[in-house]
Amino acid sequence: MLQPADSQERVNDFVIKLANVNGTGSASANTLLVKSIFRMGVPVMGKNYFPSNIQGLPTWYEIRVSRDGYVARSGRVDIMVAMNAETYAKDLKEVSPGGYLIYDSTWPRPALLKRDDITIFGMPFARMCNETFQGVRARILLKNIMYAGALAALLDIDLDIMRTMLGETYGRKRDLLDSNVRALEMGYAYAKEHFACPLPLRIAPMNKTADYIMIDGNTAAALGCLYAGATVGVWYPITPSTSLMDAFKALCQKWRVDPATGKRNYVIIQAEDELAALGAVLGASWNGARAFTPTSGPGISLMNELIGLAYYAEIPAVIFDVQRVGPSTGMPTRTQQCDILLAAYASHGDTRHVLLFPNSPEECFYLSVQAFDLAERLQTPVFVMSDLDIGMNDWMCPVLKWDDSYRPDRGKVLSKEEIERLDKFYRFLDKDGDGIPYRTLPGVHPKGAYFTRGSGHSQFGTYTEDSTEYQIVLDRLKRKFDTAKKLVPSAVFEGRNEHDLGIVSIGSCDGAVREALDLLKRRGIRADYMRVRAFPFGEEVEEFLAAHSLVFVVEQNRDAQLRSLLTLETSVDKAKLRSILHYSGLPIPSSVVVDGVLAGLGEPVERFADVSAGRA
Amino acid sequence: MSFIPKPKVAHPSLPKNELGLTRRDYEGVMSTLCAGCGHDSVTAAIIEAVWGLSIRPEQVVKLSGIGCSSKTTAYFVSGGHGFNSVHGRMPSIATGAIAANKDLYYIGVSGDGDTLSIGFGQFAHAIRRNINMLYIIENNGVYGLTKGQFSASADIGSKTKRGEENLQPPIDPVVAGLTLGAGFVARSFSGDKQQLVPLIQAGLKYKGFALIDVLSPCVTFNDHEGSTKSYRFVREHYDEVVHADFVPPAQEITIQYSPGEAIPVTMHDGSRIVLRKLDERYDPTRRGKAYNYLRDRLAKGEYVTGLIYIDEKGRDFHEVNGTTDTPINQLPYEVLTPGAAALEQIMSRYR
Repeated sequence: MLQPADSQERVNDFVIKLANVNGTGSASANTLLVKSIFRMGVPVMGKNYFPSNIQGLPTWYEIRVSRDGYVARSGRVDIMVAMNAETYAKDLKEVSPGGYLIYDSTWPRPALLKRDDITIFGMPFARMCNETFQGVRARILLKNIMYAGALAALLDIDLDIMRTMLGETYGRKRDLLDSNVRALEMGYAYAKEHFACPLPLRIAPMNKTADYIMIDGNTAAALGCLYAGATVGVWYPITPSTSLMDAFKALCQKWRVDPATGKRNYVIIQAEDELAALGAVLGASWNGARAFTPTSGPGISLMNELIGLAYYAEIPAVIFDVQRVGPSTGMPTRTQQCDILLAAYASHGDTRHVLLFPNSPEECFYLSVQAFDLAERLQTPVFVMSDLDIGMNDWMCPVLKWDDSYRPDRGKVLSKEEIERLDKFYRFLDKDGDGIPYRTLPGVHPKGAYFTRGSGHSQFGTYTEDSTEYQIVLDRLKRKFDTAKKLVPSAVFEGRNEHDLGIVSIGSCDGAVREALDLLKRRGIRADYMRVRAFPFGEEVEEFLAAHSLVFVVEQNRDAQLRSLLTLETSVDKAKLRSILHYSGLPIPSSVVVDGVLAGLGEPVERFADVSAGRA
Repeated sequence: MSFIPKPKVAHPSLPKNELGLTRRDYEGVMSTLCAGCGHDSVTAAIIEAVWGLSIRPEQVVKLSGIGCSSKTTAYFVSGGHGFNSVHGRMPSIATGAIAANKDLYYIGVSGDGDTLSIGFGQFAHAIRRNINMLYIIENNGVYGLTKGQFSASADIGSKTKRGEENLQPPIDPVVAGLTLGAGFVARSFSGDKQQLVPLIQAGLKYKGFALIDVLSPCVTFNDHEGSTKSYRFVREHYDEVVHADFVPPAQEITIQYSPGEAIPVTMHDGSRIVLRKLDERYDPTRRGKAYNYLRDRLAKGEYVTGLIYIDEKGRDFHEVNGTTDTPINQLPYEVLTPGAAALEQIMSRYR
């Protein structure tokens, strides 16, 4: 029997990475592993790094088991399951010293023995599958379930939970269930027989996932749209936002069909392009329905003209930007936060937009609901700035809850009776001093009719080319944006004015920063932390920046877009803002934040192995 | 498009419709188009048609893109909401508006530039979805606001004011509409109110996408010798092939037609269109034949007008979607939310 190279026990605290070929069905095996660990009560994170391709290119899945509940990548790889011959060499290199590599020994791979600081396990997965199962496809698929079984033995994962999960997946498909269970058990038995199981890296049951779920951000956002009362969804398919509409459609088919008539209480339109998608959202919102479109960076680029129209003609719209790697087509299946500036100032002319930045699927749900309320209250587009990491990966989050007393804030929409009482209706008049005018809906009352236009208009709703009349409206729009500052969700803090050092981050950087704060504390470095949740920035953002003499801004793009926005839109002295940037396309690991802060403070940096992030 | 208030003085003897409203109640703000512009005649025809149908003004939704034609939505039915959107994107705005409330009358007014160039994709997809709207193209073959460039509907050999000749073949909106599957395809001429008004009425009552291409000469940039979209050229080369008369529900057909020449077509709400064939060989219910006929006549430089094709059995967007009967912008939140208990149930999938 082979002996593990590192006998130090690391219970519930390690990283498994699975290297596969896409289109071979590895996703179900990887989900099985993550969910089983989750059901053992152990906090776990699963991230999928997949190619923009249907079949044949390399794909990786990273599972981080973290008894402390850290949700970001750590920068380490403790166990590599190398199932893709094409990437063996790279995968071997990536294993942290003291780690393990499992490979398919059906074919000898002498090159794999080049490292003596890790333990290498060979298992003849392909041979075992070929001898046991019929059909090419089944043999390929079941190889994955077999390695899941082997990992169960090596890591002490509860085999009963895995069997139960297979039962939930295959239900009445008896044949499929039987072959999957058989493959699982064969992998398990082989590992038990040939290796010292369990490894020092193993799973021990905990009780830390009871009130949690594993859900992706796009599904959570779709749930938010459902509960917000959105009735019109329009989109053009684009990775990584497509699954948001897929989820919304499935939810509507279940919850939005009139039980008496079988008719639909919703409209979903697959548009001809993103321009038409936003156009239809504007038409529907203008006509009084809650409408949204999910898209990604290239879609936002196309939508620019209509975003400007919505801003100037004051039409609500909810736009989900599930950000992916740019510029241009970029890397469509990789993650970044690279649309911050694009969205903040989208379209020509003086325009500024409300942006919300969820840090997790949980916030995707709650902020989606809030996005509709804000869009209708402010009569303007609101962007929910998610990203591929949040949108498409399963995150462990607290169970989503709903308060039945919620009622949508439809904003200042005049009813038929209110219009009746008016002498005359003026669309763009600031009656309340908050910069938000009143609007009316078509079909309600002839006295409420007005003409919507993207051309110059006066506060009375008439066409104008008069400088003063034009400026009155433009200045009011600025006041409306000031009102927005008070309505958007405020930043979240971890310590406020306790230390000189501050860290600012946004969206999906949150997990990495929070872990980094703990790691830095162990080295005696303490910092206050602020996660920005919206643009325009509230007073609290201004105060935090003013209260710290040095502030690290952590974000996932090359050009420090959040830092730029902070310098443009607050009075902060830009010299004290230092960037920590990560833009490899993979989610930011906590090691990048730790290293960035240490380097910025002139401390010695202890680099973690992070080959996948493009760092040696 | 400056805002000039029109004096609202209605003479007591002005005729009233079933709602007790006069034509003045269906007017809009003062037109700022050039004197003699064909578009103003189309505006007048729309006012006449909507008044004649006794549609409440607030039931009318007016949508447009950008261009001279798109300005006209401000010049009729001030009691209905208007939306002058961006260039070529009116069909998508209309799609969303119609999705939200299927019970209003949607009139889109566009031009040849707005529809056949920048907005051709959206035009095609509005037809494909068969959204329930009247789509009028005010077609003059020229870009007016940018001072006289050819549009995509300009004919080969047609000349600009300065004598430049168009060398590219035109996109004909009627041929395009027929090819893309529109269920109501008509062509008319801004100078022929007798033909245009009942066509607009029929188009408004048609359940689905109703296309009327209106040849509407540009007096400033395209009304000269050598132009194929001038008043004179159109008058000399247009030929009505099928005349449509609109008959409201519960009203008898009183006009006398010769036997065999009148075809009554019943619309969804019980109103009828009586089609009168002016060319005996022509059949407006056969798409393929209509297409061939049209192409042959176009090749001879002739504009076939009238109700060129109709299929009243097509299913509109909402029928295909299976949308509920209540306009979805009027569904109460209680109907839309599954509630907290349901969310708990949904959550069990993710444990």
